[in-house]
Amino acid sequence: MNFDFTEEQTLLNNMVTSFVRDNYDWETRCSIVKTEEGWKQENWSQFAELGLLGVPFSEDHGGLGGSPTDLMIVMEQFGKGLVVEPYLPSVILAGGLITNLGSKEQTNQIVPKIISGDQRYVFAYAEHQSRFDLFDVKTSAAKDGDSYVINGLKSVVFGAGAATHIIIAARTSGDQRSKKGITLFMTEIGSEGITLQNYPTIDEYRASEVIIENLKVSKDTILGEVDEAYDVIEEEVDKSTIAACSEALGILEVLKDVTTDYCKNRKQFGKPISKNQVIQFRLVDMMMEYEQAKSILYMAITSDLSNPDERRKTVSALKSRMGKAIKFVGENAIQLHGGMGMTEEYMISHYFKRATMIGVLFGNVDYHMKRFIELTQSNIQKFEN
Amino acid sequence: MKTPGVTVRPIYLMDGSNEVNETWFDNVKVPAENLIGEENMGWTYAKFLLAHERSGIAGVARSKRAIERIKQIANSEMSYGKPLIQDPAFQRKIAEVELELRALEYTELRTLAKDSSGKGPGPETSLLKIKGTDIQQGLTELAMEAVGYYSNPHLGSTLSNEFVGPDYAANVAGTYFNFRKASIYGGSNEIQRGIISKMVLGL
Repeated sequence: MNFDFTEEQTLLNNMVTSFVRDNYDWETRCSIVKTEEGWKQENWSQFAELGLLGVPFSEDHGGLGGSPTDLMIVMEQFGKGLVVEPYLPSVILAGGLITNLGSKEQTNQIVPKIISGDQRYVFAYAEHQSRFDLFDVKTSAAKDGDSYVINGLKSVVFGAGAATHIIIAARTSGDQRSKKGITLFMTEIGSEGITLQNYPTIDEYRASEVIIENLKVSKDTILGEVDEAYDVIEEEVDKSTIAACSEALGILEVLKDVTTDYCKNRKQFGKPISKNQVIQFRLVDMMMEYEQAKSILYMAITSDLSNPDERRKTVSALKSRMGKAIKFVGENAIQLHGGMGMTEEYMISHYFKRATMIGVLFGNVDYHMKRFIELTQSNIQKFEN
Repeated sequence: MKTPGVTVRPIYLMDGSNEVNETWFDNVKVPAENLIGEENMGWTYAKFLLAHERSGIAGVARSKRAIERIKQIANSEMSYGKPLIQDPAFQRKIAEVELELRALEYTELRTLAKDSSGKGPGPETSLLKIKGTDIQQGLTELAMEAVGYYSNPHLGSTLSNEFVGPDYAANVAGTYFNFRKASIYGGSNEIQRGIISKMVLGL
């Protein structure tokens, strides 16, 4: 097998790497997260110029028609620089829903504006009681002539403060945990009936509570079929999970490398602490966790994502295993840095925090372990019966 | 601390809290009668104190309280449409920490029984420190895990004083990050293992 990048992928990788190197040094990044908005418009314009906003979109709409590997490349480098602009929630997740479900008119109208950087969509899916179950939706949309009236509360919507538009998952039929009956509505962030409570997250990104009160939208704002959005929501969240894990991998590489260097240079009792076997073995374990995480990401990227069962299995395998690597590499990066690692001032803690919160995003280790078990072991039970 | 020459510079930890500082001494003049004990005996005194600190760091009572709190959180949080406390995977995680804590409580009682006989705590208190901090860290992680997405909001930061999500979720991730300190301070858990291997096992 050949895991080398193609020529185009190498070019993309070099481009994102040099963007991060030239525009995202540590001081710059720290100054961005301290601003009210928590992201930088100029960086978004530059993503547009570099073509990064078009990576997942088709060439017909002016995109690059990129593959999951291309998105992995972008996200891995963003992870290395802890890039805070909402690329994952808007370009990959919301963009994926629009491409997948949008009518010809909708995609023709919206996708070019996403690619040019003029519009940013985000997807409001989580509710407090839903935890990681995407089908657990209380937010309701009631039909009112040619319109719908939406009411509900969406939790922790990443990037909403930076968005121009929002896609809301609302229940049009069925009970709270029914997979059938979920419909997606698109609307402008400023619409009457939508209130955002923006806040910084513990890892210095931005999220919002989205309060929806009697939001009136026309049926033209529906993305896809009424009642039938769930399968596509699951698919696009799965794809975004791969992207999130790619970001995590970039972060783990930094955590591992910076910690290894630190241990080589930090002297205690007259010698570098890396001369202690306990430290050496810990660093070796971190390195092995990183390599295993990378391998399972490559497994996911090269699997047949068009087959829903295969996709579900591979994504849950990836997210669960990645979460385990995040915990081991992250916690030990701090431990081996000692007091230094605990400080806000030193960059390593920021990488640890981001990696940890990616561990929660789209479902944690246990959630995906359970999903993986259900998908892979149900056949065994059937066989025995 | 107001003595001329003493300067305190705050150090912020990764959760944004300020509980440690750099303290600079620039020609600080101290009267001779303020000397504690004898000159040059500081490290010996410190080691004695550290042994006590280590038994205190174990924090058994605090961890017991934390377990109860996590159970309450897990009773309020929903998972797969039911209270999280009914999720067997989560139940098992709580139980595992709880068993470790019960054992540690008796390890501590055994250490204290020896201590009250007048010998003072020995190097075996390192065990209390390692196990106690492992448990504390495990508990902060469980609390963070219990609240799902609501571990994300960073409240009380300079940018936001708004309160979002359930009360019990406030700062659970911050506490998890903050408690990484527990296996570092009071002599890192690697150092404690070194003490046990040298002083207890004679390796």
